Amino acid sequence: MLELMGLLLIFMVIAAIVAIETRDLLAAVISVTAVGFGVIIGFFYMRAPDVAIVPIVVEVLILVILIRATLRVGLKTFVGNRAFFGMMVSIAMLMVLFLAAIRVFNDLPAFGEPIMTKMIDAPSRVYLANGLHDTGAANIVTAVLLDYRAYDTLGEATVLFASIIGAITIIRKKARKKPSEPEVEEWTV
Amino acid sequence: MHYALCLALFLVGLYGVMVKRNLIKIVIGLIIMESAVNIFIVMIGYRKDGIAPIMSKVMDPSVFLARSVDPVPQALVLTAIVIGLGVTAMTVAIALRLYEKYGTYDIKEIRNLKG
Amino acid sequence: MDSVTKGMTPIVQTVSGWVKGFILVFGIYLVLYGHLTPGGGFGGGVVVAMALVLLVLAHGKEEGLKRMPMHVAGELDSVGALMFLVIAILGMFAGLGGSFFNNFIAKAYPGEPYTLLSAGTIPLANIAIALKVASSLFVVFMMLVLLRVVYTEPGKDS
Repeated sequence: MLELMGLLLIFMVIAAIVAIETRDLLAAVISVTAVGFGVIIGFFYMRAPDVAIVPIVVEVLILVILIRATLRVGLKTFVGNRAFFGMMVSIAMLMVLFLAAIRVFNDLPAFGEPIMTKMIDAPSRVYLANGLHDTGAANIVTAVLLDYRAYDTLGEATVLFASIIGAITIIRKKARKKPSEPEVEEWTV
Repeated sequence: MHYALCLALFLVGLYGVMVKRNLIKIVIGLIIMESAVNIFIVMIGYRKDGIAPIMSKVMDPSVFLARSVDPVPQALVLTAIVIGLGVTAMTVAIALRLYEKYGTYDIKEIRNLKG
Repeated sequence: MDSVTKGMTPIVQTVSGWVKGFILVFGIYLVLYGHLTPGGGFGGGVVVAMALVLLVLAHGKEEGLKRMPMHVAGELDSVGALMFLVIAILGMFAGLGGSFFNNFIAKAYPGEPYTLLSAGTIPLANIAIALKVASSLFVVFMMLVLLRVVYTEPGKDS
């Protein structure tokens, strides 16, 4: 039923509003994990099992990292938003963005009919029809990811590498030692 | 209607990034924005009463072509989720370093303190 | 948090000692059979990282770093990335009309479909991606969770 997906999305929006607005940081972290698990149930409903395995582990890791960052002794609590005028301008801009972007959804195909049903020579049709014969893999998503579109996977490996190196460089305790005074060599003639 | 709810989820995350003062709430806003975009991309490729794009021996290829869901959005989202974890890790690392230097997560106070 | 450096109670340690072997084997199964069943390099890599994280959380930092030191994890990360790149470049030289990322093994030795040795360079690329993702997630978890952040007032000497 398509209504199940609508109820799941309404649950996720309510959990997101709770996560942003609540004053307790632990409740906010748990609510954002609830949004993540709603996304995982959505992936299972959309018939995407190998996409759904990855966020389960990623949500648990983000939960542990965020709890480690928020629960510390003597954290000063404060509440409030930024300046009031700025907040009103932001809310007005978000409303305008919402109403303008709704018009785009009239051009997208309806939910439940992907683009490949309307376009005869869509790439997805070629991948589904010839995937097993060209690559020999039964899992068409893996064949797309590692044979037809392997260049994007190389880009992803590069971005992951760079972001992990960036995080380690920020966190690392030992800095590089400054070079001490240059040694003076004495030449004895 | 379903796409509009995904957009609403994205805008709730954007509101958290733009308006809130606590650094942890800004990180939470980023996580919500990334989840909204991932579910939206997979929703575009869904076929009503479809089957997963994995072939098996007992399946007829023409039935598979007529009833399977789109595999390309799933491949794109699979890499985006792992990259989202990398970006969140880097943002939390910056937040921890700011706490170590200034003693607070409040960006108003951080802006007022010098040095 | 003392439990992060010293580990948890003996009940948790015993049960996690039985369970982490199963999680590791399940992760390796997802990687190796990635071209036949749902899974693949990313799913298997994150599950293997989760087994290492369970080891660190249950037994403490010292035990975890004894099994997988940090510099070994960094080396494995680079080995995975290099292996992926070598498989891509080999596609340029082998095979007729080779291009970058050409699946040259599938053209030369097509195996039986639906068996383990069938899809050419895809299982090798899956193993490379799993090595890279697992060691990256493990290193970033260790760095962020085991860091001690202490705020000292400016003006006081440490």
